[in-house]
Amino acid sequence: MASKVEVAGSKGAGVGFLYLPLILGWLVPGAGHALQKRWGRGALLFISITSMFVLGLLMQGKLYAPNAGDVLDMLGFAGDLGAGLLYVAGRAMDLGHGAVQVATADYGTKFTVVAGLLNVIAAVDAHNIRIGRKV
Amino acid sequence: MTFAPSHFTAVLLFALFASVVFGITQRSNTKAMVRYGVYCFAMFIVAVMAASWLMYFIRR
Repeated sequence: MASKVEVAGSKGAGVGFLYLPLILGWLVPGAGHALQKRWGRGALLFISITSMFVLGLLMQGKLYAPNAGDVLDMLGFAGDLGAGLLYVAGRAMDLGHGAVQVATADYGTKFTVVAGLLNVIAAVDAHNIRIGRKV
Repeated sequence: MTFAPSHFTAVLLFALFASVVFGITQRSNTKAMVRYGVYCFAMFIVAVMAASWLMYFIRR
């Protein structure tokens, strides 16, 4: 995917821990942007990613657990883990067991995994703003 | 509580959420974000329609 972001040099660089937007943005969707006062972007990212994750669970999608046995399960776990605290909360509430008898459950699984992957993209974007690579 | 959308509704929701994130993260200014988000959403829908018709004719 082509990225057409404007390079801002060191203009966007702030003070404080360099990786805080990245880590915070991973833990809570949109928080990395909100931390840098991009309130609108942060809110939209939070709504989109959280909605996608929650809808995935409501569709009875599966939350992958750490598993060294199956490569596809490991990839699914990596995707789910991208959702940060949403994944931790889902696991803590014992959600995401999946339901093979429901046709949309497979879609739900994809929703949760893709929500995690989108959150990683959003967190990296927040980091790029922090280091001044993006406006 | 469960949510059981139709296949097309699921596609619309997926395309909407993914397009919002793509628009915000892949462009720098607001106007370009909106344009790119709309473009991604349209491409998602067009691709799904094309794939659906393709599968329809393969099945025939």
